[in-house]
Amino acid sequence: MTNDNRYAEIAGNGLWHNNPALVQLLGLCPLLAVTGSVVNALGLGLATLLVLVGSNCAVSAIRHQVSDAIRIPVFVMIIATFTTCAEMLMKAYTYELYQILGIFIPLIVTNCAILGRAEAFASKNSLVPAAFDGLSMGLGFATVLVVLGAIREALGSGTLLADMDLLFGAQAVHWRIHLFGAGHGLLVAILPPGAFIITGLLIAAKNGLDLQRHKRRSAHPVTAITPGAKRVRTTGIIQ
Amino acid sequence: MLRHAIQRSSIVLGLFAAITATLLATTHLGTAEKIAAAERHAAQKALLEIVPREYHDNDLLLDTIPVPRAFWATLGLRESDSPAGGFNLHVARQQGAPVAILVPAVAADGYSGPIRLIVGIYMDGTVAGVRVRSHTETPGLGDKIDLKKHPWILSFNGKSLSNPAADGWRVKKDQGAFDQFTGATITPRAVVAQVYATLAYFAQDGARLLAELTPSSASVAEQKSPSEKPADQTLTTDPVQKNISEGERNIDER
Repeated sequence: MTNDNRYAEIAGNGLWHNNPALVQLLGLCPLLAVTGSVVNALGLGLATLLVLVGSNCAVSAIRHQVSDAIRIPVFVMIIATFTTCAEMLMKAYTYELYQILGIFIPLIVTNCAILGRAEAFASKNSLVPAAFDGLSMGLGFATVLVVLGAIREALGSGTLLADMDLLFGAQAVHWRIHLFGAGHGLLVAILPPGAFIITGLLIAAKNGLDLQRHKRRSAHPVTAITPGAKRVRTTGIIQ
Repeated sequence: MLRHAIQRSSIVLGLFAAITATLLATTHLGTAEKIAAAERHAAQKALLEIVPREYHDNDLLLDTIPVPRAFWATLGLRESDSPAGGFNLHVARQQGAPVAILVPAVAADGYSGPIRLIVGIYMDGTVAGVRVRSHTETPGLGDKIDLKKHPWILSFNGKSLSNPAADGWRVKKDQGAFDQFTGATITPRAVVAQVYATLAYFAQDGARLLAELTPSSASVAEQKSPSEKPADQTLTTDPVQKNISEGERNIDER
């Protein structure tokens, strides 16, 4: 397998085929809890991304030095360190957002997606692919968070990108897009049940797309060998 | 053999503990100052929203005086939540003379848990402003007490114990003067009652506070000129506008 193919595969896995949120269904607790708005989702998504890339790099770098017996404690120590660093950085630079996300920042430690990647990928691969895997998985997770946040914010509060100044400073105050009047939102979208329902719909949409693509791909060879044939097919069954 | 393996593992594990601890200590040292500043700034911002900088010239965060323990129950403050050294109220001064006090209060009977408030009261007993510091009310319904969601909380500005009269300190559903929200009556009811209780506290303790806070005649003489007390109508500063200029100032400070 060429290098390019390999990286494409890693990226595809993280962003789509093996997406931590939609396929592995890991880290659902913070996913459901903080996605009431885009800014909250993006905040947690970025923090998770940072921890995932950091821990994957560190785990990959030390993979030959650590015996199997103490592998897990060392991984957990590394992940906890990066999480605490991320927590301190958020506290220092985006204090208000940190206050909103609250307990879910330290709880990144318990996000199985991170330990999962350390164990399944980073501990078996060299530094660069491990870092790239962390980036892809982190982006995959963050994307789902942001999409879910956007849908819930739009349906529930009638805005998009509200309060982005918590993350990007004062110039982001005007990024807010007002869709309809406050108070006319679909309240359930903001509440926890809405998070479950919309996540379910997202998973269904992804599976639907996959199914469609699969159908199209398996239909393709038949149409590809048609030149010269008088009739495209004689039966309705395509294997 | 086994002994050797255990020894080796312990050493590696210890080594990692040391490395990660170092990393954490470094990050802590690098961010501690910034975090303290951010915490301070967040606390200050809430206070400044109630009594804008035009009306006082002291540091609201540092100028504090303890809330007498006898009044904790009136204010809904609980022993178990008390910070070290008890609850403090903040004092806003203009050239030494007290302008307003900012009192912590808790409405314990919110719809889903206590609503922590900070109530600003001018020395003449009118409300300077009320803000919610934390709450767990239902999003979309009860959370309109938060100024970010709804301007309702500004309806307290300029009110006092006699304006409206005692039976007006209720939500409209209870024949009072304050709006409730569609679908949420319990939350505003709790806030209105607690703001009233806080004003009642000031009516009892205000004279003592004024005496204690007013600088002695000797130190007043040192001041260049007595300041003007802000008029009540100035309270209706556009909060959004103020927040923006506040934000700009923050950038300058950074």
